[in-house]
Amino acid sequence: MSDLTTVVDWSRLQFAITAIYHWLFVPLTLGLSVMVAIMESIYLKTKSEKWLLATKFWMRLFGINFAIGVATGIILEFEFGTNWSNYSWFVGDIFGAPLAIEGILAFFMESTFVAVMFFGWNKVSPRFHLASTWLTSIGASISALWILVANAWMQYPVGMEFDPEQMRNVMDNFWALFSGIAVNKFFHAVLSGWALSGVFVIGVSCWFLWKKRNVEFAVRSIKVGAWFGLVGMVLTMYTGDGSAVEVTKHQPMKLAAMEGLYHGHQGQSLAAVAVLNPDKEWNNDEDEYLFDISLPYGLSILGRHDADAFIPGITDIINGVDMNAEGDTINTVSYADRIAMGKKAQQALRLYGEAREAGDSAAMASSLKNLKENYRFFGYGYFNSVNEAIPPVGLTFVMFRVMVVLGSYFLLFFIVVLLLVYKSTLLQKSVWLQWIAMVSVPFMWICSEAGWAVAEVGRQPWTVQDLLPTMASVSAVPASSVIVTFWLFALIFTVLLIAEVSIMCRQISKESKKALA
Amino acid sequence: MIPYIVQSAKKGIKNIWLFYYNGFREMTVGKTLWLIIIIKLFIFFVVMKLFFFPDFLSTNFENDEDRAEHVRHELTSR
Repeated sequence: MSDLTTVVDWSRLQFAITAIYHWLFVPLTLGLSVMVAIMESIYLKTKSEKWLLATKFWMRLFGINFAIGVATGIILEFEFGTNWSNYSWFVGDIFGAPLAIEGILAFFMESTFVAVMFFGWNKVSPRFHLASTWLTSIGASISALWILVANAWMQYPVGMEFDPEQMRNVMDNFWALFSGIAVNKFFHAVLSGWALSGVFVIGVSCWFLWKKRNVEFAVRSIKVGAWFGLVGMVLTMYTGDGSAVEVTKHQPMKLAAMEGLYHGHQGQSLAAVAVLNPDKEWNNDEDEYLFDISLPYGLSILGRHDADAFIPGITDIINGVDMNAEGDTINTVSYADRIAMGKKAQQALRLYGEAREAGDSAAMASSLKNLKENYRFFGYGYFNSVNEAIPPVGLTFVMFRVMVVLGSYFLLFFIVVLLLVYKSTLLQKSVWLQWIAMVSVPFMWICSEAGWAVAEVGRQPWTVQDLLPTMASVSAVPASSVIVTFWLFALIFTVLLIAEVSIMCRQISKESKKALA
Repeated sequence: MIPYIVQSAKKGIKNIWLFYYNGFREMTVGKTLWLIIIIKLFIFFVVMKLFFFPDFLSTNFENDEDRAEHVRHELTSR
């Protein structure tokens, strides 16, 4: 394995572990902050002490999660500067601007009001306190907005022009950053945090029921958690559908990988249950699945909201074949042509640099023209074979199903919990049901992380879609330094995670012994 | 007018200070959390950022022109 390959792989692994770790905290912050604000609003309206106690209890758990999770995202920015310096330079202010806004506006807003939220009881007016609680949750969501706008730009780069002088992309339309991909991604991620928080609240409350402590408080919390989670899950699914349409439009290779689809059809079915054939390649005649149960027309409906629509598979995309809404075959640019265009763009950029050094303005103009004509496939020039442009199909396929299956389970979970808690006392009495709710909690995190895996693994090999692959994004750093920091992170993150879980559990246990109703 | 503004500003700063000071002093579980946060931030910003995560381009090149040239070489020679 070459040193570059090692650096790429370890840098990717390090980025993945940091992002996965960061995302353990973020969705709970996003959802629990809103839920706490809802409880405090009810308290202010009803003046009922029991809602105040509930607000304070869940606010303390929010505080623990916030404290342990805060600043874990900053490590990703360190990694950009050290491991991904080519990428960081190449994306210029487009990536930097949303991150800077996130840091200056949203993070400070969140940090200021979180202090009022925790220290302000009896020191500021109840209305101002409530406003601070809401502003903390809004600040967290605005924070997420800018990060997700930056991420969406990497998946669908728009609103910029490449400047060969500065060797970076320069933003020419800020509002273009709010593409369909960005909007859907934002709502999908934030609302999934609501669903996750709903599951968390129900799971913790069921522990109270199991211990037969503060039963009234637990049931009240379950009602809020289940309604909130249900709304979050329904809207997560709705925005997930929107994301699927956007992915079909702008990242068809990712959709094909999610489905393990090589040869698309009109009225394309969706593999509900399937085992991928490990011998299948884009250019052989093996079957896609060893076994499958498919939903007829499912993928066409999911991807294009049209049961008869054509969905291209991996082989179709590589060969540049698609079909329009009328069912006529249309040619897109094949991967062989994209690689040729990418190499032309890179050659033009090289010649532009040489001409610039020699002060040859005619050669510069000619190179610039070539660069502009071929720039949209710049990144393909790094590949020697189309195989290098295919994402890891197996992992994307499995993670997509983990996300969908668990998401569907949790939709059912919220409905069943609501029925049980309103129509019977079964949840209060059945230890089995309480345990199912408690055991479900980590699966919601798995569902959430699987969603990210689909988004990020499915877009490989790109850091910036079509323009920059991971192999060109990494810095010229020795592999050994990335390996050392990887293990250092793994150690620190493991210790922090153990600290969070143990503090959280201790706090829940301690609080459960107090009267909360 | 100016002494009044200065006095109000002083009072405001003192109130903010007392708000945070008392808030931290009255914390229970928060003290452990703040200890974790401080240790974590120290590890992240002092140990890791300084010794393990220097900004590659800022550390190795003096100005933006050199950085751009390096990236040009990197992106056209891989």
